[in-house]
Amino acid sequence: MANKFIVATAPHMHNPHSTQSLMRDVILALLPALGLSVAVYGLSVLYVTAIAVVSCVLVEYLIQKFLFKGAPTICNLSAVVTGMLLAFNLPSNIPWWIIVIGAVVAIGVAKMTFGGLGHNPFNPALVGRVFLLIAYPVQMTSFPQPVGDEYVDAFAGATPLAALKSHAIEVGDVNLLNMFAGIMPGSMGEIAAAALLVGGLYMLWRRVITWHIPVAVLGSMAVFAFIVALTQGGGELLYAMPAFHLLAGGAMLGAIFMATDYVTSPMTPKGMIIYGIGIGVITMIIRLWGAYPEGMSFAILLMNAVTPLINKYVKPRRFGVTTAKK
Amino acid sequence: MKSTLFNMVAVLFTVTLIASAGVGAVNMITADAIAAANAAATTEAVANVLPEFENTEISEQTIDDMPIVVYTATKGDETVGYAVESMTKNGFGGAIRMMVGFAPDGKILNVNVLQQAETPGLGTKMADEDNALLRSIKDKKAWEIEFKVKKDGGELDALTAATISSRAYYDAVARAYEAYKVACGYADKADGVSGATATNNEGQKTQEGGQNE
Amino acid sequence: MNKMQIVLNGILKNNPTFVLVLGMCPTLGTTTSAINGLGMGVATMAVLIMSNLVISLIKNFIPDKVRIPAFIVVIASFVTIIQMLMQAYVPSLYASLGVFIPLIVVNCIILGRAEAFASKNGAVDSILDGIGIGLGFTIALTLIGAVREILGSGAIFGFSLGIADYMPLVFVLAPGAFFVLGYMMVLFNKLAKK
Repeated sequence: MANKFIVATAPHMHNPHSTQSLMRDVILALLPALGLSVAVYGLSVLYVTAIAVVSCVLVEYLIQKFLFKGAPTICNLSAVVTGMLLAFNLPSNIPWWIIVIGAVVAIGVAKMTFGGLGHNPFNPALVGRVFLLIAYPVQMTSFPQPVGDEYVDAFAGATPLAALKSHAIEVGDVNLLNMFAGIMPGSMGEIAAAALLVGGLYMLWRRVITWHIPVAVLGSMAVFAFIVALTQGGGELLYAMPAFHLLAGGAMLGAIFMATDYVTSPMTPKGMIIYGIGIGVITMIIRLWGAYPEGMSFAILLMNAVTPLINKYVKPRRFGVTTAKK
Repeated sequence: MKSTLFNMVAVLFTVTLIASAGVGAVNMITADAIAAANAAATTEAVANVLPEFENTEISEQTIDDMPIVVYTATKGDETVGYAVESMTKNGFGGAIRMMVGFAPDGKILNVNVLQQAETPGLGTKMADEDNALLRSIKDKKAWEIEFKVKKDGGELDALTAATISSRAYYDAVARAYEAYKVACGYADKADGVSGATATNNEGQKTQEGGQNE
Repeated sequence: MNKMQIVLNGILKNNPTFVLVLGMCPTLGTTTSAINGLGMGVATMAVLIMSNLVISLIKNFIPDKVRIPAFIVVIASFVTIIQMLMQAYVPSLYASLGVFIPLIVVNCIILGRAEAFASKNGAVDSILDGIGIGLGFTIALTLIGAVREILGSGAIFGFSLGIADYMPLVFVLAPGAFFVLGYMMVLFNKLAKK
């Protein structure tokens, strides 16, 4: 590494994690979802993922080498993770050049403009996704039908959330088990709730992430949905509504993989909980009353922007310091 | 100059007097040109949706609290069509205004979107020539059309990824048709609906709106 | 000061958009195409030159305490005049710039130059300053508009380049304005430093 002598403030603690090993674990954790996605959508999933990863790594390499003129940073694998996450946010039938543009925006605009890994205020993969969503709304919202899907025949290519927004279906109509297994139209990686959970558990076990953010995001979404179900008369909705919103769209992918990005999320557990609840609540507000059917990516980006503020005001009490009594 | 009360009042008075005189003078020069430009824009919008005509007669209606203007175009003694300047407030980006051309027999000749603030690339396609919305109603008989997109159980196409804009578009066209019916007296003779005047249509509309909510 | 230098100053060293970062509202709001940027820039430049001239002429008659209201009245009158002229003779441009034309009144470039330059300098210099700053603003807006038009709708000055389907729409929307402005500011200041 370039900095042989790292100057940092105390505490000088060692742990076995390096950026590279953390990123490797994230990649491993993403693999079950990738596998399930291939099963649902076929081999085009691998093709899209490969293009996204290769172009992300290439963009980072080129910018690092020719604009920053610094040592290559691609070995820390963070560009690979960004590429995979970006791919997971795309439909599997997206043209290749859109993926490349997404990679340029994710790495070039959202990450390297601010100085590379550790300096970016927003999650690069999500910036890429939101950019593409606004830039190519047609391509980004026409999803292929899963192999052998029967969840709502009449509305080919609409995600459950989009179908819900246009009043084509009701929450009660949807087969929740199919949604859990990933048999629904959607972005490549967001459909597979079950596989994403497996990946999340692996990352928890490897201590790549802590439970605070995912639980806060999903918990607040479930509570929000439960309250809305209460106001709509309750009954079956009381469990169907929270379950639907946790399984639909990018809830799982966002809560487990995107919101937990180290660089853009708060540092303290208390801060993480606040951040997670913010994401959950904003997501539900956009889903229920916003113009877009899905709000997870916007919610995470908005809370990314708030993260420095959370870090500033939610600090652990320093050891030995007592607050002065007035 | 010293900032005494008299000085300040006098200077500000003079400045505003001269300024307003200047603005007034330019206004006198440009008023005719502005009126001509506006008139030309209207004539062009009417000509866009109707076959050749000589004169237009303007009548105004209010449907759902929105002003709707009907231009009855004539050539010689014959009515060649009705251009209805209709609007809706349901657009994705606020109000949409459009000119809808009807043949005397109720056929929709053309639609020309005059003003919209929809999402560029999605909803804005409604203003393109030969778009999906226009195609599904153009040259069709208005009384045979149920102004509903497929997603709402109707038969009309919607723009890709712009259902709200598409609904708003048809909403405005449907309103133009209401105005057209009143203008040509069709409403009174129509399918047994006794006295289906503009006010009645208004009542009907609000009811429908209530059900949708 | 050298006369030529006053003009160049406005374009380069004191470029209102890229260096002074003034008048951001019309910069971000109207630059969806090159022609809109150009139209907005020229309209602003016209107001700026006229108001600079008039203010430099009447500056000695205006009591200090009421100079701002007096300046605003002068600027607002010229904006209204420009607005009426555009409405009469270029109605299509007027329609596409919409509310931003009357908003020239509150463009801080104009009041800023009135305060910082015209109220301290003679008539000729003030006109030159208006031309320089106006040109700087026009060039910046036209450039931003051109880049956004090419990237967002695959056209330049309305001529389609035949690549519209491949271009990211976001550049003609508000977020694209921020992207383009940011990167052009970086580029301008990097080149200007050399």
